[in-house]
Amino acid sequence: MYFDSFADFIAMGGHGLYVWLAYSIALAVVIFNVLTPILRKKQFMVEYQRRLKREQRLGEVNKAESPE
Amino acid sequence: MGKLLPWFAVVTVLLLTCGVIWGLAFAPEDYQQGNSFRIIYIHVPSAILAQSCYMLMAIAGAISLIWKMKVADMVAKSCAPIGASLAVLALATGAIWGKPTWGTWWVWDARLTSMLILLFLYIGVYTLHSAIENEITAGKAGAVLSLVGMVNIPIIKYSVEWWNTLHQGSTFTVTERPKMEPEMWIPLLIMVLGFYCFFSVVLMLRTRIEILQRERRSGWVRELVEAR
Repeated sequence: MYFDSFADFIAMGGHGLYVWLAYSIALAVVIFNVLTPILRKKQFMVEYQRRLKREQRLGEVNKAESPE
Repeated sequence: MGKLLPWFAVVTVLLLTCGVIWGLAFAPEDYQQGNSFRIIYIHVPSAILAQSCYMLMAIAGAISLIWKMKVADMVAKSCAPIGASLAVLALATGAIWGKPTWGTWWVWDARLTSMLILLFLYIGVYTLHSAIENEITAGKAGAVLSLVGMVNIPIIKYSVEWWNTLHQGSTFTVTERPKMEPEMWIPLLIMVLGFYCFFSVVLMLRTRIEILQRERRSGWVRELVEAR
């Protein structure tokens, strides 16, 4: 470990604000890139399942109405 | 692609964790810049990746233009937002690093300006892809813009040699050993590799959902949704 104490590590020799700001932006970019495709997939699945259910319901109604 | 993804994800997490801990806590400080130089471990990888991602986007765009390959177009489309976020990261970390080192957040010099143009190119390609309703037209427009923007890539690379600039030269070159100590550049190399793996993971994730959306009318997508 390069630093003597944890407080030294946080302070980064007076440059703590710059270093930690840069690393938090990096973390935000990582989270953004991982989360957006996952959320998009979830949304796609929910919408698709809703459509399937609606189609199923419509199919049943049509069957009940048509005299056979 | 689906089987490779978890492996890439594991390797990404390992490389990035190792690189960040090494870079932040174990690498020695720079004798001139002190600890602010630790920003290098995200600045350099994100800048390299922003450019690699652009080249991939342009090549994929060219493939989709010439051979009409649908997957290539989807890859190109997925590259745009990832690349934009990497360009933002490179610019932001550069500005944060510039403040204690050069005394300013921003200068209009060649390297910084060409990198800003790269970000605008990404935003342009992304906008074309999402604003044009017809997928084929959107793909063509995005591909043409990304190919035209390729001229910017060598400009970024050689900007520090062609013009006087505040920005320092490259850390890594193919022919020479890095001028830094190994304790400094080995974690940097790990971070660059980690960013490449990270990029492939998120690109795969994005391309997969893009395929699902475009193939939503085909039978296999229906089966996939029903199976859940």
